[in-house]
Formats: sequence, structure tokens, C-alpha cells
Amino acid sequence: MTANIIRLLGAYGLKFLGGLRVTLMLSALTIVASLPLGGLICMLRMSRLRAVRLLASSYIEVVRGLPLLLQLYCFVFLLPRALPLQLTRLQNVSLSLALFSAAYVAELFRSGIQAVDSGQMEAARSLGLSKAQAMMAVVLPQAVRNILPGLGNQFVIIIKDTSLASVFFVDDLMTVQKVLTGTLYTTMEPMIIAGVIYFALTFSLSKLVSLYEKRVSLA
Amino acid sequence: MIRTLGLTKRFGELTVLHGISEEIREGEVVSIIGPSGGGKSTFLRCLNLLERPTAGQVFFEGVDLTQKGVDLNRYRAKMGMVFQHFNVFPHLSVLENVTLAPTRLRKCDKAEAQRRARALLKRVGLLDKEQERPNRLSGGQKQRLAIVRALAMEPAVMLFDEPTSALDPEMVSEVLAVIRDLAKEGMATVLVTHEMGFAREISDRVLFMDAGVIVEQGPPGPFFDHPQQARTRAFLEKVLPL
Ligand SMILES: Nc1ncnc2c1ncn2[C@@H]1O[C@H](COP(=O)(O)OP(=O)(O)OP(=O)(O)O)[C@@H](O)[C@H]1O
Ligand SMILES: [Mg+2]
Repeated sequence: MTANIIRLLGAYGLKFLGGLRVTLMLSALTIVASLPLGGLICMLRMSRLRAVRLLASSYIEVVRGLPLLLQLYCFVFLLPRALPLQLTRLQNVSLSLALFSAAYVAELFRSGIQAVDSGQMEAARSLGLSKAQAMMAVVLPQAVRNILPGLGNQFVIIIKDTSLASVFFVDDLMTVQKVLTGTLYTTMEPMIIAGVIYFALTFSLSKLVSLYEKRVSLA
Repeated sequence: MIRTLGLTKRFGELTVLHGISEEIREGEVVSIIGPSGGGKSTFLRCLNLLERPTAGQVFFEGVDLTQKGVDLNRYRAKMGMVFQHFNVFPHLSVLENVTLAPTRLRKCDKAEAQRRARALLKRVGLLDKEQERPNRLSGGQKQRLAIVRALAMEPAVMLFDEPTSALDPEMVSEVLAVIRDLAKEGMATVLVTHEMGFAREISDRVLFMDAGVIVEQGPPGPFFDHPQQARTRAFLEKVLPL
């Protein structure tokens, strides 16, 4: 079997690399987009206005309550009909993943902020800082420590979740695996190769997260 | 300087302050004592509107702070507040704790803020710690830092909410010394405390607060030696050693 794997890598290595490139791109895009989106949703979720809070929390509940695959179907098949401009399939998938992840990121932000002792906000306000100033100068810098580990884990989840996009043959790592399995009539080897690549990605990211956690707990 | 009129605070069904009308005059040192849950902290926090009164008014230098449209941040800066649990900023150095508000609020430029901060830190014996993070400080040092941080905004009055209750006994006196110093200089002070001896020593006036009302008040001598109300007597008997 090892020989088979080596032979497969020799013949289709470039295909796997191409798949890895798409997977990485999709993950990076999702991560980068879900940060500002999540921040925005978090702000709405913590708004002073009840209606705005309700809107944000409904969004979060719906996104977290529906299977990602169903959401992907909506974006790939329904969104193009509703939208005047044409997006590529990959763009539709990216958008869906970003909006999905943003809901989780928003909740991570919120719990990180709420974990900061409320006395910090009060002390800052008592000095005359506005709510926004207190948030920026006092609360957020402390919340970052609470948020980063969860964010790292969220990124690990995103990397794995991008594989669902292979349902639409977007040429990511999982798509390559599927196509090879179908054309070569061999399941084991492509699966092992794809699995090893995914694991290498997620495991190194997890390690980075726990390294950071160790450093923070020492400080 | 600070005057409350019918100050009332409710938390849901629970009425914590029952229409308190009181005044703290320029340079006056007022201590508030009373049993736990009596509303002392809530009263103090209503003075700078950290807690919004349900009804009634709070006047600071003649301005009704409960009016809509008042620039509360401006007035909060003039009322320094010191908390039981210090609430120093753990992510900033000692010096930055003190300079944060003056620089953010453009009271002065950074160099000037640092110069003033160092003068204040020196005064409370923390100058050699200016680059440390607060988690390297003892409780007493943290509380002295918190006092200095408030003083950096050059407040007209200082509000202390049990500033020594969270301290180990051997650190109480170093914090009280700083408060005593300020009071002697004529800083208007409202001090919520369980340190009866200290309240007696520095106060111009002592208020006894229970169940959301000021039950009794007066100059410390008569107040402690001849309390008029049964509730005051009962409380003092419990807390004062015979
Ligand atoms: N944010 C809040 N929500 C609901 N109830 C509150 C809140 N803050 C205070 N209370 C209640 O108001 C009452 C008065 O509280 P307060 O903290 O003012 O008392 P205190 O005199 O400062 O007591 P202590 O000596 O224990 O500090 C208490 O019964 C308390 O439970
Ligand atoms: Mg209290």
C-alpha cells in the first residue's frame, strides 16, 4: 500500500497540491472575512437597542441551528436567483462559509468581552472615558487573551468544514480525493493522502494555539 | 458641591434607596457607615451616575446630572472613584494606568501626563514601580495606584467605596494614610467604610445608612458617643469594641 501511495503521489501529486491550494485559499478567505463580520455581529448583539440585539441573536441562532451543508446549498443554488450579479461557485461557497463562521466568531468575541471583569469598564467610565474609549483602551485589550484560543480552534474547524464544499466540486483537497477515487477505482490511498494533509494543517494550527495558551498562562 | 434630591434607586421590585436628599460641601469629608446591603455602594455609585437613579436628581456644581444631554463623561472625570477591588488595569504598566485617562481625554500631552503621573506616584511611594504590571503589586500598592489614577484627572471630590475592605490587615494603614493626607489637604471626600476609628478621626460628618435611608448623621464625636437612634446604637454596639 505504501508503494501505491508513492505511485499515486508521483502521478497526481500536482493535483493534490492544487487541491491544497484551493482549501487553503478557501479557509483563509473565510477566516479573514469572518473576523470583521463577526465583530460587526457581536457589536449588534451587544447593542443598547433591543430590536438590534434580537436581530443579531436570531441570525446567530439560525446559522448555528442549520446544517452547514444546507446553508451551502442555499448559497450555491438559491442565492444566484436572488442576486442580480453573477458570482462564481467558489465565491458563493466562500460567502456562505464566511457568514457561517461569523456567527461563531461573534459569540467568541462576545463571551471574551463579557469575561473581562465588569469593574474594568466601571473604573474606566469613572475616570471620564466614554463607553467606546473604555472598550478600546481597557476592555478589548484584555478580551483578546480570552478570545484568541477559541479563535484558533474556530480556524481549525473552518479548515475541516471547507471540505463540505467538495459537494459542488470546487477543486479543493476533498474534491481531488473524490475525483481520484472515482476514476482510479481505489478508495484507500487518495483518502489517506487527503487525510494526512488535512491533519497536518489542523494539527499544526492546534499546536500553535496551545503554545499561545501556555505563553499567556505564564504571563 | 454634590447635592442629591429625592434620590431613589430600584432594582426591579427592590427599592435600595428611598428618596435621599443630602449634600456634600466643598472640602468636606463625609463617611458613610451602615450594615451590609443598606445601599451605601449604590448611593455612592449614583453620585457619578455609574448607577442611573430611578428617580430624583443629582447636582454636581449646580448641574443636574440626571438631565438628558448632560456630558456625563466630563463630570465623572471630576469625581474620582476608588473601588473595593481596586480595578486597576492589568494590561497596562503602573505609569500607563495613571496616564491613560489624562491622555485619552486630551487633558494634556503625553510628556506632561507622565510628569504629573510620576509626581503623584512619588507621593504615594510607587515611583520605583512605574514600569511594573499591577499584578506584581501588593493589594495596598494596587489601591494606592487606583487612588493616584483617579487623582490624575484632578477631581474636585473623591468617592471611596470600602477602599480597605479587600486588603490584608497589615496593608490597611498605608492606604488610610493616603486618604488621610488627601482629606487634610481639603479634598472633598465621601468614604464608605467599616473602619470606625478612621471615620471618626478624619470625618467632618458621619452618615449612618440602613435599608436605603440615612437614619442618622452628625459630627463624629457626638455621633459615635451619643447616637440618637436605636438602629444606630444597635449597629455601633455590634461593630465597635467596648
Ligand atoms: N445591580 C444590582 N442588581 C440588583 N440588586 C442590586 C444591584 N446592586 C445592588 N443591589 C442590591 O441593592 C442592595 C444594596 O446594595 P449595596 O451594594 O448598595 O449595599 P451596601 O450598603 O454597599 O452593602 P455592603 O456593605 O455589603 O457593600 C442589596 O440588597 C443588593 O443586593
Ligand atoms: Mg458596598
